[in-house]
Amino acid sequence: MLKIQDLHLSFGGIKALKGISFEAVPGEITGVIGPNGAGKTSLFNAISGFYTPDKGSVHFDGRDISGLGPDRRAVLGMARTFQNIALFRGMTVLDNIKLGAHTRLNTTLWQALRYFGQARSDELALRRDIEERVIDFLEIDHIRKLPITMLPYGLQKRVELGRALAMQPRVLMLDEPVAGMNREETADMARFILDVQEEFGTTILLVEHDMHMVMDICTRVVVLNFGEQIAEGSPEEVSGNPAVIKAYLGAAA
Amino acid sequence: MINGNLKSSYGSDERIVNNGYKQAFVYGSFLCLAAFALFANDYMILIACQVGILLVAVVGINILTGYTGLISLGHGAFVAIGAYAVTILHNAMDGIVPDALTALIAIPVAVTITALIGIIVGLPSLRVKGLYLAVATLAASFIVIFIVENETFAGYTGGVVGINTPVPNLLGWELDTKREMFIFISVSAVLALLAGQNLFRTRVGRAFIAIRDRDYSAEILGISLLRYKLMSFALSAAYCGMAGALFAYFYARILPEQFELELSLELIAAVIVGGMGRTLGPLFGVILIVLVPELIKVTASVVTNGDTASTRIIAPLQEIIFGLLLIFFLLKEPLGINHIVDRLIRAANRWPFARG
Repeated sequence: MLKIQDLHLSFGGIKALKGISFEAVPGEITGVIGPNGAGKTSLFNAISGFYTPDKGSVHFDGRDISGLGPDRRAVLGMARTFQNIALFRGMTVLDNIKLGAHTRLNTTLWQALRYFGQARSDELALRRDIEERVIDFLEIDHIRKLPITMLPYGLQKRVELGRALAMQPRVLMLDEPVAGMNREETADMARFILDVQEEFGTTILLVEHDMHMVMDICTRVVVLNFGEQIAEGSPEEVSGNPAVIKAYLGAAA
Repeated sequence: MINGNLKSSYGSDERIVNNGYKQAFVYGSFLCLAAFALFANDYMILIACQVGILLVAVVGINILTGYTGLISLGHGAFVAIGAYAVTILHNAMDGIVPDALTALIAIPVAVTITALIGIIVGLPSLRVKGLYLAVATLAASFIVIFIVENETFAGYTGGVVGINTPVPNLLGWELDTKREMFIFISVSAVLALLAGQNLFRTRVGRAFIAIRDRDYSAEILGISLLRYKLMSFALSAAYCGMAGALFAYFYARILPEQFELELSLELIAAVIVGGMGRTLGPLFGVILIVLVPELIKVTASVVTNGDTASTRIIAPLQEIIFGLLLIFFLLKEPLGINHIVDRLIRAANRWPFARG
């Protein structure tokens, strides 16, 4: 489904990614972990199309998408969230989530100006779909009409997940979905992520620092350190891997 | 207080006038507009027409600047293109197409031409943002005015001395009085506002706001920045082109100097003062920007009482006073008149339980 092959990325003299290769497990959750500065977010940006890799390729459904821009990749069915929430702050929760469904609608400019007819029926169908499939699912009914700026951090994260879900993606990339959350919020978010995977069968790629969560919900884990892929395997294999322990805790004296 | 406002379908929740108060306001405004057309005196009609023409343009600016977050200092030029295109088309069709149809052909063609030029002027927006974009669009405005004034095209545009404009004839209805023009202008302005509002109930308008609020996030949702930025430019230019067409029909003669930087700035000022990215912001802004100088003028003429010596002193003061009022207003209400209205509505909603 999503396959990364020998990905190299550098900024000037800094080599951010040095030959990353792995495959996201279809219909399962794959975790990407590593210490700060390991290249996790750079990897995400390269996969979603913001960075052009120096070498290597990203395959989606057997097709090389390395040359496509972020908006084209979204059309193919890739969604993502950002580490530091990237919602549209001037809009309500409902409008933010509706934006996620942008590529699923066909309303043209001319139809939009008239509204009555095609645009109206599309919008009403969308509203119903979003209310029932996203807002109800994520339990955010009570805040749907509020502007983003009025929401606490944890809820903003959940709305961002909702916006990604509205795309009905086949691959969902979550960049630190529980960063800065307390234990209860983390547990809630983990449950939502598992629900998404179970209910929609979405392939999920997850960057996260919370080891408990990664070990609990991921089927496969990829470990990065200084841009290099130092381990890959099941959570159990990875947590026993000497290279991983060394990267996280430092070598024994 | 808003009560009795239970919605039982998504459709009723998605309406523009989704409660009784909004309905009363909208339908009441239509009645007032009709009464105004029937009973207002010629002076009031003249002012109202100026408001209506500018309003059409400012709704366009609001789409571009208020909703898409792109600044243009060149939109006065699009008003010029609309006005000159309509005039030139009328002259070209004179005697070939029946008079009753000329305007109905000229307006859509002029608006389309303006939109296409809008796309070209919008091209820099893909590379530059903010002030740099403002400067790039400013250049476009200079080029348009230069072409209009140039000797080579003076046969079509009348050059620096301007050109006489046609009287529109809509299927046999000749709009040869200001009052008739007012009806045409107000219908156009209401449709412009309605279309502008409809836009933001659909994916197109939402994409514009997404680009304004966070462009990389818009891209990740599959919104092509290229496509939507240019669409926003084309649409705002089309609105300005429509305003230009109304301008040409309303006045007996148009001059290139009427469409220079001052007009572009006036359009931006109106949208900022009224409230950027709000449906009725342009309406409030245009009313303020047309009425306040007019009120100052009337006050000044009362003060001077026709005395030439004091008029000479007061005249330049009028613009200074207007400028100071604008600055003062923006310091007190940076979010525009619409924000005052919001506060009033909120207070009314809570009454009698809480204030503020």
